[in-house]
Amino acid sequence: MENMNVFVARLLPSAEYIEKGHRACQGCGEILAVRLIHKVLGKNTIVACATGCMEIVTSSTPDTAWKIPWLHVAFENAAAVASGIESAYRVLRRKGKVPDRKINFVAMGGDGGTADIGIQALSGALERGHDFMYICYDNEAYMNTGIQRSSLTPYGASTTTSPSGKKSIGQMTWKKNMVEIAVAHGIPYAATLNPSFPIDLVMKVKKAMSIKGPKYLHVYSQCPTGWRCPSDMTIQVGRLAVLTGVFPLYEVENGRYRITVPTPKRLPVERYLETQRRFAHLLKAGVMEDGLTPVEKIQKRVDEEYSKLELKEKMTHG
Amino acid sequence: MGKLKGMEVSIAIAEAVKLARCDVISAYPITPQTHVVEHLSELVANGELDAEFILVESEHSALSACVGASAAGARTFTSTSAQGLALMHEILFIASGLRLPIVMALANRSLSAPLSIWNDHSDTMAERDCGWIQFFVENGQEACDFTIQAFKIAENPQVSLPVIINFDGFILSHMIEPIELPSQEDVDRFLPPFEPVRKLDVSKPRTIGPVGIPEIYTEAHMAQENAIRQSLEVILTCWNEWERLCGRKYEPVATYGTEDADIVFVAQGALCESIRTTVKKLRGEGEKVGIASIKLWRPFPDLHFLKVIEKARLIIVVDRAISFGGPGGPLASEIKGLLFDKGKNIKVVEFIAGLGGRNVSIGDIEGMYRKAKGILKGEKAKKEGFEIIGLRV
Repeated sequence: MENMNVFVARLLPSAEYIEKGHRACQGCGEILAVRLIHKVLGKNTIVACATGCMEIVTSSTPDTAWKIPWLHVAFENAAAVASGIESAYRVLRRKGKVPDRKINFVAMGGDGGTADIGIQALSGALERGHDFMYICYDNEAYMNTGIQRSSLTPYGASTTTSPSGKKSIGQMTWKKNMVEIAVAHGIPYAATLNPSFPIDLVMKVKKAMSIKGPKYLHVYSQCPTGWRCPSDMTIQVGRLAVLTGVFPLYEVENGRYRITVPTPKRLPVERYLETQRRFAHLLKAGVMEDGLTPVEKIQKRVDEEYSKLELKEKMTHG
Repeated sequence: MGKLKGMEVSIAIAEAVKLARCDVISAYPITPQTHVVEHLSELVANGELDAEFILVESEHSALSACVGASAAGARTFTSTSAQGLALMHEILFIASGLRLPIVMALANRSLSAPLSIWNDHSDTMAERDCGWIQFFVENGQEACDFTIQAFKIAENPQVSLPVIINFDGFILSHMIEPIELPSQEDVDRFLPPFEPVRKLDVSKPRTIGPVGIPEIYTEAHMAQENAIRQSLEVILTCWNEWERLCGRKYEPVATYGTEDADIVFVAQGALCESIRTTVKKLRGEGEKVGIASIKLWRPFPDLHFLKVIEKARLIIVVDRAISFGGPGGPLASEIKGLLFDKGKNIKVVEFIAGLGGRNVSIGDIEGMYRKAKGILKGEKAKKEGFEIIGLRV
């Protein structure tokens, strides 16, 4: 069931919590993930949203796309704001001032709001053990401000602040491993999700909802605008990200790793890179100082990371 | 009337928060605010205060957590100083813009650099325009009373704004003073439970903090401006109620000797007690001098202030912060602006004193008076603009 990669619409609740008419770009994988995740979370959910794409496209006064309570404060503090909401409900429930019912407290942010400017507030909230879920919607750059690089922009990607040029192949650093950082806090649940694998996504959100304490969900969020790919390729690009091993789908429950969509036989990374123009310059790039082409370096890194993941799975299930 | 008890002012503030039955506290330790949060931690740990204390990793998160808690409908308190307030800067404006009734006790301390843990008003003056209601207190009793009152004022549906209570770091925060804590029954009678105007509630979903397009932003700010201006009435009513409850009377501008004074001191915070002592001494010697202590800083009580200085021929403004390269200290600039606006041709003599914990003695204050009196008699001031008291040359 969990490994089924086919989308079965009737398995999902019909209720929608993100209303139609929001201003997300055509083919946005992020809003698709938000929609699916909130279908699972349901109406007893309160969201603290960081500044970013999802904030601006869903909340331009006097319109709102949200059918659940939603609060936006600033860019770097969604986790701290969620800490406050969760604590308030804890004490108000204790004092009998609010009904005693289960509420999902959610903080959401983009890759910049999570891994760069918001990492301190996130670390604090994870460490304090609030009963909340942090969801990072990772579209791999500051898309809202015009495709500037973040610490989650992949190696070799050309962005407006890491452009490829005569002396640069684009982003020169490797993507920060946010899931490992979250896991290092000793939280009960962390996972990677991808809207191109909706059943896997749904199962992980359901599991996260059932666990008390801090949960970290890292969601691969396709961005045709920033990745420079056709908007009808969103799902295909997301599938290739997993099938090439670029974005493996796994979960870490109480320190135990499990690859939820195993890809022991992976497609070559070129298959993924060639779908997006942010990587176009890499495909014709020659060898670098270390004797490898950028594509070879990416392939090597992906294989190493995947092996490490398999090893962790093996070690924690021994 | 309750009993006067010797206690540290920081402890009295924490006890006031307890009496207010605060739900959520979020703070990060910084000298000289620490005793407030330490005592609150003890009250929570001992079960004397049923609250959630969120021990955050920075002041930015402290205020962010308060915003979340307040938006969820909890009575919320924080406390900080200097660099901590500066780190909160971004969220200060959001808290007031979202109209959340958070209460903050601010132990005034100078801003770095050079690093100084000691007292002045540079921290709060840098946040003058953050949209919070702002009070200055002179002593521990006021710090305690204003903390309880702050919740009532902030949570009034007509106001719905956050409140800062400025109390001087060390000079007040670490001082043991005779303080009367009101009884829990009196506070319960005075301060009803928090009924939020709007909150994050799954049975009535709301979008809070959306994007404000140009067609809306100006109107939102005007609504906020109206709310803070109109809060003056609520504050006055609150103080009347407090007087009936505890017998202590508060005014936006507290005065002594201003009725017949030619020269009036204008200042804020604990320094006003020293000035009052000096004024008493000088009046004993036949000098026509008074003091106006600005207790309510935002909204600025224009009419109250103008009435107080109606008969004055000269005003001495004592600032405890510099506006580098500006037309005077922050308080003096405002006073001069107000007088100009109202067509009042009153001479203003400006001093800046007590920066970074530098002591301001009765002798210093007397010296300010002598200089001002000389100017009133036609002597020329040594230099244009402000003079810094106690500057080593």
